[in-house]
Amino acid sequence: MVKNRINKLFENKSENVLTVYFTAGYPELDDTLEILAELEKAGADMVEIGIPYSDPVADGPTIQESNGVALKNGISMQKIFSQLKTMRKKVDIPVVLMGYFNPVLQFGLEEFCKKCKECGVDGVIIPDLPILEYVEQYKDLFDSYDLHNMYLITPQTSEERIRMIDENTSGFIYMVSNSSITGAKKEISEEQLKYFNRIKSMNLNNPRLIGFGISDNKTFKTASEYSSGAIIGSAFIKALKESDKDSIADKVHSFINMVKGEKISQ
Amino acid sequence: MSKYAVDERGYYGKFGGAFIPEMLYPNVEELKNNYLEIIGDPDFQEEFRALLKDYVGRPTPLYFAKRLSEKYGAKIYLKREDLCHTGAHKVNNTIGQILLAKRLGKKKIIAETGAGQHGVATATVCALAGLECKVYMGAVDMERQKPNVERMRILGAEVIPAESGSRTLKDATNEAMRHWINNPQDTHYIIGSVVGPHPYPDMVTRFQAVISEEVKKQLKEAEGRENPDYVVACVGGGSNAAGIYYHYLDNPDVKIIAAEAAGKGVESGETAATTFKGTPGVLHGSMTLLMQTTDGQVVEPYSISAGLDYPGIGPLHAHLFETGRAKFIAVDDENSMKAGIELSRLEGIIPAVESAHAFSALNQLDLNENDVVVINLSGRGDKDLQTYINWGKY
Ligand SMILES: Cc1ncc(COP(=O)(O)O)c(C=O)c1O
Repeated sequence: MVKNRINKLFENKSENVLTVYFTAGYPELDDTLEILAELEKAGADMVEIGIPYSDPVADGPTIQESNGVALKNGISMQKIFSQLKTMRKKVDIPVVLMGYFNPVLQFGLEEFCKKCKECGVDGVIIPDLPILEYVEQYKDLFDSYDLHNMYLITPQTSEERIRMIDENTSGFIYMVSNSSITGAKKEISEEQLKYFNRIKSMNLNNPRLIGFGISDNKTFKTASEYSSGAIIGSAFIKALKESDKDSIADKVHSFINMVKGEKISQ
Repeated sequence: MSKYAVDERGYYGKFGGAFIPEMLYPNVEELKNNYLEIIGDPDFQEEFRALLKDYVGRPTPLYFAKRLSEKYGAKIYLKREDLCHTGAHKVNNTIGQILLAKRLGKKKIIAETGAGQHGVATATVCALAGLECKVYMGAVDMERQKPNVERMRILGAEVIPAESGSRTLKDATNEAMRHWINNPQDTHYIIGSVVGPHPYPDMVTRFQAVISEEVKKQLKEAEGRENPDYVVACVGGGSNAAGIYYHYLDNPDVKIIAAEAAGKGVESGETAATTFKGTPGVLHGSMTLLMQTTDGQVVEPYSISAGLDYPGIGPLHAHLFETGRAKFIAVDDENSMKAGIELSRLEGIIPAVESAHAFSALNQLDLNENDVVVINLSGRGDKDLQTYINWGKY
């Protein structure tokens, strides 16, 4: 069996892994594939594609709004899979789908896994699917499609629970940087650094990526010092929304260059 | 052990559970690990019971509605939750939760509200306990329930408009959950109905169960029997219903009737009749019946009653529906208003528009002269004057 691209990525790269989140069907319905391809070209190491939902309780205003716009644009689970059907002709980096449980449940879990496999999706993040329910009811199914299901941990997650999550994860652990919903922030606090260090010293089996509140070169660099890399969402969505005159390619490249701290190539 | 009690994992049959992101897990886990012990503590019970008695005004009367009984040809009793302090049953739950929050060492309270009744009941107990209070309310609901917005403010609460989505109860609930994620340590979230992740449905049910506990005693005195033939309640999330059903769930002789808001009609596309139009799915942290598209997006509900304008129902009620234990009846706007006016004219009681839905259900029951019917009059209509005025046909 071919190795899952997520595992391959972390075998080859253990630091400064840049993962970028964006919402499927946003800003325009058919932008999904183009944004994905440009992210790879610009140097993102992994991509998370958000499945829009009417009631995204874990998300701040930026991602909420992008979900609303994408739904108005006519995005649906079916549509996402049809957009991603040919993605493996264009992109090689790992692709993770991130969405709330209800749309996945209605689509049907088996069908969902099957479509993921057909498209070449490597993993999923379903933040409101409890890990116990997952392990008991769905893990075998996901495993049979070689689909990794990644879990979140927060500063409040107990050590015991982190170990349990680590045991049942194969991909990476998503460290929520702070007790909060998603949203771009400028600074990382002392307290957050303590938490990053605490988790680092646990020597988990899985690599860790830090997300929520990562927005620019400074926060990306700081997060990367304490983990394998970081995940950026809201700040990228904002960049996609701004400066309407630039092409998607321009927006993506200048954003990634900004995060990596590289000069913008003309 | 009741067939309808929640199990260890928080399920009623296949409904319930705690489908929450990890960010909420510690908060919910803390509650789950402590609520039974706290509620079971004699000191807690003493304080809870004393406040229900002296502050809320319990027991609320069980009133034999003579003229209504004549009209429908049965013995109809009204459980007068409208006489609770703040005007609805909601306060039974907020008293319980504020005492619990204090024992958990919480300093701040948040809540969501639809009609504003739960918001007022929360603001009230926060004033009583001296805790800071923030209430999320859909911007649309703030408009249609203005007096309650001002009541909350007078009581010292901050009312925060929910501007996302349909800007009604479901969105206010989303905003409250987001706030809780951002403030996990010092804040308790007082959910206003038997919805949300486990242990909320069970905890709120336990606080509201005082309603049927009283009915049993009162009916025994009035009729010489504890059990009516029917208990009837409206279901938004289902807290007043859970309260009046609770002690009758395991007694199959008692028929359980739930009135849902059909809005402009079950098939109109503008409805909140969840068991008629809903399918199993996850909403606000629990597996339940909800109104959704085939793609799993939550459908925006509609009802003339802000308190019933919710796309789901509590998991207990989904289970009662699924097992056939409760019979669900859909009541549209027009019929609920007519029932509200009828109760006003026959008994001199203007009911909350939510409660009026329960009264309209009488028209859909096949009643006999000797049947004893207990209807939960969950709230009074003062907050709904504008709704009655706008409807106008009286
Ligand atoms: C008077 C009254 N009855 C009923 C309800 C509906 O809630 P539940 O179904 O939880 O009792 C409300 C909600 O605001 C209410 O104010």
